[in-house]
Amino acid sequence: MERLCGPWGAELERFAALLDTLLLTRSRNAKLAAIVRHLREVPDPDRGWALAALTGAVDFPAIKAGVVRTLMAQRVDPVLWTLSRDYVGDTAETASLLWPEPVDPAAPPPELREVVAQLTSATRGTAGPIMAGLLDRLDSDGRYALIKFATGALRIGVSARLAKLAFAECFGVSVDLVEEYWHGQAPPYADLFAWAADGGPAPSSERVPLFRPFMLAHPLEVASLDLADYAAEWKWDGIRVQLVHVAGHTRIYSRGGDDISAAFPEMAAALTCPAVIDGELLVRGDAQGGSAASFNALQQRLGRKAVSARMMAQSPAFVRAYDLLFDDGEDLRPLPWHARRARLEALMPRLDPARFDLSELIVADSWGALAQLRDGARDAAIEGIMLKQRDAAYVAGRRAGLWYKWKREAQRVDCVLMYAQRGSGKRWSFYSDFTFGCWTGDPDAGGELVPVGKAYFGFTDDELKMLDRHVRQHTVAKFGPVRETDKSLVFEVAFDSVHTSNRHKSGVAMRFPRIARIRTDKPAHEADRIDTLKAMIVD
Amino acid sequence: MIADFAWIRPEPGGLYIRPADVWIDPARAVPRALITHGHADHARSGHGVTMATGPTIAIMRERYGNIGEAQGFAYGERVPLGGGVHATFVPAGHVLGSAQILLEHAGERVVVTGDYKRAADPTCAPFVVTSCDVLITEATFGLPVFRHPPIADEIAKLLAARRAEPARAMLVGAYALGKAQRVIAELRAAGFTDPIWLHGAMERMCRLYEDHGVPLGPLRSVAGVPKATLEGAIVICPPAALADRWSRRLPDPVTAMASGWMRVRQRVRQRGVDLPLVISDHADWDELTATIGEIAPRETWITHGREEALLRWCELHQRKARALALVGYEDEGE
Repeated sequence: MERLCGPWGAELERFAALLDTLLLTRSRNAKLAAIVRHLREVPDPDRGWALAALTGAVDFPAIKAGVVRTLMAQRVDPVLWTLSRDYVGDTAETASLLWPEPVDPAAPPPELREVVAQLTSATRGTAGPIMAGLLDRLDSDGRYALIKFATGALRIGVSARLAKLAFAECFGVSVDLVEEYWHGQAPPYADLFAWAADGGPAPSSERVPLFRPFMLAHPLEVASLDLADYAAEWKWDGIRVQLVHVAGHTRIYSRGGDDISAAFPEMAAALTCPAVIDGELLVRGDAQGGSAASFNALQQRLGRKAVSARMMAQSPAFVRAYDLLFDDGEDLRPLPWHARRARLEALMPRLDPARFDLSELIVADSWGALAQLRDGARDAAIEGIMLKQRDAAYVAGRRAGLWYKWKREAQRVDCVLMYAQRGSGKRWSFYSDFTFGCWTGDPDAGGELVPVGKAYFGFTDDELKMLDRHVRQHTVAKFGPVRETDKSLVFEVAFDSVHTSNRHKSGVAMRFPRIARIRTDKPAHEADRIDTLKAMIVD
Repeated sequence: MIADFAWIRPEPGGLYIRPADVWIDPARAVPRALITHGHADHARSGHGVTMATGPTIAIMRERYGNIGEAQGFAYGERVPLGGGVHATFVPAGHVLGSAQILLEHAGERVVVTGDYKRAADPTCAPFVVTSCDVLITEATFGLPVFRHPPIADEIAKLLAARRAEPARAMLVGAYALGKAQRVIAELRAAGFTDPIWLHGAMERMCRLYEDHGVPLGPLRSVAGVPKATLEGAIVICPPAALADRWSRRLPDPVTAMASGWMRVRQRVRQRGVDLPLVISDHADWDELTATIGEIAPRETWITHGREEALLRWCELHQRKARALALVGYEDEGE
C-alpha cells in the first residue's frame, strides 16, 4: 500500500511518504513500484538525493546522531525523553514525535535540495541550529524523514540493488548498464539521470575502478549438452568476486556489486596491473595442506569493515581466476571464452602466485566420466562443475545456453518440524518459515530434538496450505509471531552441505536447506539423529 | 488523625469505597460494583449488584447475558450509596455510556475518570470537566510522544487509500465496542454513504448503538458474500482478525488498524498493517496534562497505563500526584 501524500510536489513530505511506504510495505514489488513512481514524478535533483539516501550514499560529516540528542536535551525533560525513547525504540522517531509543532504553520516545508545545501554547509558549531531550523518547518513524518536522511541511517529494508532495479525500470534502461555506470557517479547522479531519463551521453568511466555486471550460470537440470562445445571447470564454494585495477586503484566487488575491498586488503594490494579479473575468492585452510578451505572458513571474514592481521594470517585469501574482462584497458568481453582464457593464461605469470591461481580445466569425454569426477571430488570447497560455452562472449546476467552450473547431488536428512513463523508478502497469513530439528539420541531413551536449520521453500502452494493447517492444528505454544508445534511432522530436508557451527546449539549449520518432501508417512521418532548430520560435515 | 481521603482506597483489584462497601471497576466479582464503561477489562461479570449508566448496563447484558441485579442511572443523577457517600455518573467521552464517577463524602469530592477522551465523538456524550479534590485519572497514552491527530485527517487517509486501490477491500481493524462505531460514524460524517461491511463480531454491538440513537447508515455482514462483491468495500473487523485466516475471504485486502498506538512506526510494523490510522478513544498526552491543569485538583492519582511519565509531568509542574498499582486493565484495542 503506497503511503499517500498531499499535493506537495518535490518537497520533503514527498520523500517522507516514500520512506513510510518502504518501511511499512512487506511486498518487494510494492516497494519497487513506490521507488519507480518517486523517480518518475519528482524532479532533479531531489530524486537523485532520494536515490542516494536509499543506496546509503548520503554523508553529511557534521550531522551525527549526537546533534539530534543534544537538540532534544535542550527542549525535553531528560526523564520524559528517556521514557519516550525506551518506548519508541528509535531515537529519530522519538525526536520527530516530541519536537514541538511548527510555530508558524504557514512556513513552507523545505525541499530536499535545500536540506542538502544547508546540511552540506553545516559545521560542528552550526549543525544544531541548522537542524533545528529545518525541524521547525516540518510535521512529524517530515521530521522523521529529515533526521533519517541527515544522519544517513535509514534502515528501511531496501537494498541498494532494489533501488538500482527501480531506476532501471523507471527509465527503461538495462540494470547491468546502471550497475556499470553507477560506481563512477556521486549524488545526486546528474549524469546518470541525464543519460537514463533524457537520452544523454553515457556517464564517463575512464580512470575509475568500475564494477562490471557478472555473467551468471543456469543450473543444469539434464545432462544433455554437447560436451565438445563446452569447457568444464570446478565450481568452487567461495565468493564470486571481480577485481578491478585502474590507474593505481584496486577494488574488489562482490556478486551484488558491493565493494568488499576493506574485508580483503591483502587481495586489494596484490593486484597491481590494469586488469579486470573474474574469479572465486577463497581462503587457505590448514586441514587440506594449504588448498582451499570451505565456505565456512571464508564466512569468518565476510562482512567485516576492517580485518585484523591475525585473521589475515590465519585465513589468508587468494583468488582462483577464471575469466579476464579487461586487459590493460582493452575490453575483452566481446571475445569468445577461449580467446579470453588464452589472455588470462598469458596474464597469470605477472600476478603474485601466493594470491592468484588459475582455475583448472577438467577434461572428460563423456557425461558419465564427468559425473564421476563431480561426485568423486573430495575437496570441501568444490560444489560441482561449471560448463562454459567455448564461443560465448562475456555477457551480463543469466543467458540460456552459455554457462551452466552442475552441482553435486544434494544430501538429504529427515527432520522434525519444531517451530513455524508467518511468512511475508503474499504468504503473510500463512505459516511458511519452518524450523526443524534432529534427535540428540534415541527418542525412546531420552533423546531430544534440537533445531538444525530453517527453510521456507521447496514446497508447492498446496503443500503450503497443508503445512499452514498442520501448524495451526498442532500448536502447543506461541511466542510473538512464532508457533511451537507438537513436533509430529517429518520433513525430508535437502541441502548442499553441512558445516560445524558455534552459533547454533546443535553445533551444525546447513547450506541451502530446502524441504524436499513432506513425510506424513514417517513417524517423528524415526527422523534422523544429529550424529547422522555430523557425519556429513565437510569443514 | 485520619488521613485525607482515607474513605477511598486503591486495592490491587480496584478502587474500594469503604463507608459504602462498593468497588469501582473491580477485577474480580464483588457484592456491589460501580462500572465506568462496558469494555471487558473494566466491566466484568458476576457482581452481586452492578451500578452503571443505562447504556453500559445494556452493553454488559449484550456481552454477558444475565448480569444479576443491575441498576441503571442517568448522567447527572446523584445516587446515595450508603455510609454518607454519593455517586454521580458524568460523561467521559470514551464510548457509548462511558462515565466518570464523582464521589462525594464528608465534604470531599473525588472524580474517577475511568477511560476518557476530550476529542469530539459522534457516538457518545462529551467529557464534562468536574471540579474535585482528588482526580483519579487513567494514563493509557501517558507519554509525550502520543498526540492523536484530528480524526477527520485519519478518515480522509482511509478514503484516499480506497480511491487509490479500487479493486481491493479496505479492512479496518477496530475494537468491537466504541472504536468500530466511531469509525463508521466518522465515515458517515465524511460523506461516505455506501454500505459498510462487518465481521460477525461487530454486528450486535453496532445494532445496540443504533438502538441507543447512534445512526450508523447501511451495514452489511460479510458472511457468505462472494469475494468480488467486496472490491472497494470498507470492512470493519476486530484487530485480531486482521492477520487471521478469516481475512483470506476478502479481495487482496489493504489492512488498516485504528488505534492510538499507530502513532509509533515500530508498533505499526509489529502489527504488519498497511495503513495505520491514529484513532484513539483515550486522552492523548496533551489532553491528559491539560485536564489535570484545568481541574487543578489537590491531588492526582494515576490508575493505569504509562504512569511514570505523567507522574514526572506532575512533579515538573509542582502538582501532588501518586501512582496506584491497580492490576487487570489492558492497553487499548490490543
